[in-house]
Amino acid sequence: MPVDSLVKITDINFAYDDRSILNGITMEIPRGKLIAIMGNSGCGKTTLLRLIGGQLKPTSGQLLVDGQSVPDMSHDELYAMRRRMGMLFQFGALFTDISVFDNVAYLMREHTDLPEEMIRDMVLMKLNAVGLRGAHNLMPSELSGGMARRVALARAIALDPMLIMYDEPFAGLDPISMGVIGQLIRKLNDALGATTLLVTHDVQEAMLIVDYVYFVSAGQIVAQGTPDEIRASDDPFVHQFVFGEADGPVHFHYPAEPFEQDLLRDSAHG
Amino acid sequence: MVEKSFSAVIALIRGIGHRLNTGLQRLGFAARFFVMLLVYSGQSFRRFHLTIREIYFSGFQSLLIILVSGLFIGMVLGMQGYETLQRYGSSEALGVLVALSLTRELGPVVAALLFASRAGSSITAEIGLMKATEQLTAMDMMAVNPIARVVAPRFWGGVISMPLLAALFSAVGVFGGYLIGVVFIGVDEGAFWSQMQGSVDFRFDVWNGVVKSFVFGVAVSLIAVFEGYDAVPTAEGVSASIKRTVVYSALAILALDFVLTSFMFRGL
Amino acid sequence: MSRKLLDLWVGFFVVLGFAALLFLALRVGNVSSANFADTYQLTAKFDNIGGLKVRGPVKSAGVVVGRVTEIRFDPQTYEAVATLTIDSRYQFPKDTFVSILTAGLLGEQYIGLDAGGDEKMLSPGDVITKTQSAVVLEKLISQFMFNKASDGADKK
Repeated sequence: MPVDSLVKITDINFAYDDRSILNGITMEIPRGKLIAIMGNSGCGKTTLLRLIGGQLKPTSGQLLVDGQSVPDMSHDELYAMRRRMGMLFQFGALFTDISVFDNVAYLMREHTDLPEEMIRDMVLMKLNAVGLRGAHNLMPSELSGGMARRVALARAIALDPMLIMYDEPFAGLDPISMGVIGQLIRKLNDALGATTLLVTHDVQEAMLIVDYVYFVSAGQIVAQGTPDEIRASDDPFVHQFVFGEADGPVHFHYPAEPFEQDLLRDSAHG
Repeated sequence: MVEKSFSAVIALIRGIGHRLNTGLQRLGFAARFFVMLLVYSGQSFRRFHLTIREIYFSGFQSLLIILVSGLFIGMVLGMQGYETLQRYGSSEALGVLVALSLTRELGPVVAALLFASRAGSSITAEIGLMKATEQLTAMDMMAVNPIARVVAPRFWGGVISMPLLAALFSAVGVFGGYLIGVVFIGVDEGAFWSQMQGSVDFRFDVWNGVVKSFVFGVAVSLIAVFEGYDAVPTAEGVSASIKRTVVYSALAILALDFVLTSFMFRGL
Repeated sequence: MSRKLLDLWVGFFVVLGFAALLFLALRVGNVSSANFADTYQLTAKFDNIGGLKVRGPVKSAGVVVGRVTEIRFDPQTYEAVATLTIDSRYQFPKDTFVSILTAGLLGEQYIGLDAGGDEKMLSPGDVITKTQSAVVLEKLISQFMFNKASDGADKK
C-alpha cells in the first residue's frame, strides 16, 4: 500500500446506543485508486460512509481525511470538507421538485458565484459525461432508474471532488445499466484524478472495475485484496460471498432454537 | 389474578411515563430546532427568492379556499346575525356584528385552521418526503444546510402569508355579510357601514386581529416544518406526521386564541 | 414555472393582502378615531359615570372630538375622574358643560361637551367641574315610582 492515503481509518468503533455496528475497522484509501467495500446487507457499510462524511461520529478510533481528523471538525470545517466530496446515495436522492439540469447545477449555484452561462456550460459538460445531455429538461420523475442514477452521478461530480463515494450504485438496476454505471465510475475516477470509495454488495460488477477490495462482515474486516487475489482466495466467507451460496459462514437461518423444540412447544400449547 | 392486574397497572404507569418522556424529548428538540431555524434564517434571507417561492406555494395557492370560505362565513354571519338582531329591533347593527366577529375572531382563527390543513400539511409532506428519500441527507452531505435551504424559507413563507390571508378572509367575509344583509335582506346600507365604522376600531379590533394571525402563522408554520423534519422517514411515518401537523396546529391555534384574546381584550 | 412569473403572482398576492388590510382599516374600521395627530388632555369629575368605558367617544354637537383615555376613582372626594383626550383642532370655552349621555335608549354611553359662552378657553390639564352624571335607569325608574306612589297618597 502506498503511504499517501486520502482517507485513513484506524481502529474505528461505532455503536447506536448499545447496538454495536462497527468493531475495530482499519483501512486506508490511497489517492487516485478505486476501492470497494463489500459485504452483506446490514453489515455497516453505509455507516462507514457516513462516518467519513462526518454525518456520524465514531465511538472511538481515528479517522483522517486528507490529513485532518473528521470527528474533531467544527460545523464550518465539515462543510468545507464536504464541498470537496461527492456522494451518490443509494437511490440517487435527486431533488424531485427541480429538473435534471437544476439538480446538476444545484451545487454550483449553492457554492459558487459563477455566472449562469458558465454554469450552463459546466452542467451540460457533466451531463454529457454521463450521456444524458439530451435529458436536461426532464424532471426526475420522468427518468428510468438507471438514468436517475446517472444524473445523480453527474450531480456528485459537479464540483470536481477529490473523493467520490458511492452507496450501492448498482442496487435495483438492470444488467445493462449496471454495466454502464460501472464503466462510468471507473472512467470518471481516472478522468477527474479523484479517489473513489464504492460500497456495494454486487461482487461481479464491482470486481471488474476496482483496484482493491475490503470485505466487511458483522462490523469487521474479514478479508481484503486485489480482485485477482479475492477470486483466488480460499477464505470460506469470501468464497460464499463471491459465488453467492445460500449457506456458509453467513447462515441462512436467523439464530433460533432447534426446530424440533419449537414444534414441540407449539403442540404443548395446543 | 391480583398479580396480573398489578402488573397491568405497572405497565400502564410505565406507558404513561414513556409517553411523557418522549413528549418532553420532542418538545426539547422542537425548541432547539426553532433556535437553529432562527440562526440559519439570515443565511436563507440572503437568497430571498427561496422564500418568495414558498409564499407562492403556501400563500398564493391558498387564496381560492380562503376567499371562498371567507365569503360563505360572512354570508352565514349575515343571515344568522340578522335573524337574532331583528328580534331586538336593531338589525342596523348587523354590520357591527359581522365586522367585529370577523376581524377579532373568525378571520384569524378560521383562516389559520384552513391554512394549517391546506398549506401546513403540504409543507410537512414535502419535507417529510425529502427526508424519506434521503434528499435532506444528500443536501447535508453536499455541504448545503437543509435548515437554511429547505426549512427556513418554508417557515417564513408561512409566517408572511398568514396575516395577509387572514386580512383577505375578513375583508371578503364583511363583503359576504354586506351581500346578504344589504343586497338580499335589505338592511339600510348607510346604517350598515356607518355603525360598523363607528364601532370597529382600527388599533383595537383590526390590528389585534393582524397580530393574532401573525402569531398563528408562526405556530402553524413551526409545527408544519418541525413535523416534517422530525418525521420517521417511511411512508407511514410521513403520513403520521401530516396527521400530527393538522391536529397540533388546530389545538395550538385555539389555545393561543384564548390566551391572546384574554390579553388583548381584557377590561374592554 | 419561471422565477419572473412566480414573483409576479407573489406580488399580486401581497398587494391583494394589503388591499384587504386597507379595506379593513378604512372602510370597516375607523383609523382616524384611534389616533388624532395632536391632542391635549382634560379632566372631568363625575358623581357617577354609569356604564362609561375607556375608549368611549367624546362628542360635541354629535361630532367625535376625542376619546375617554382613563377612568379612575378619587378616594378623597369619592368621585369618578375621567381623563379626556381631545383633538387639539378643537378648543372649548372655560364654562363648557360635560355630561354623560346614552346613544339611544340602551346604546353605549359617551361624553357630550356643551360649549358655554366664556371668552377664555380651556387649556391642557384643566379640570372641568361643571358636569352632569350618567342617568342611571334604575334610579330614574324608582324615582318615578316613588313620585307616583306619593301622588296617589296625596289624592287619598
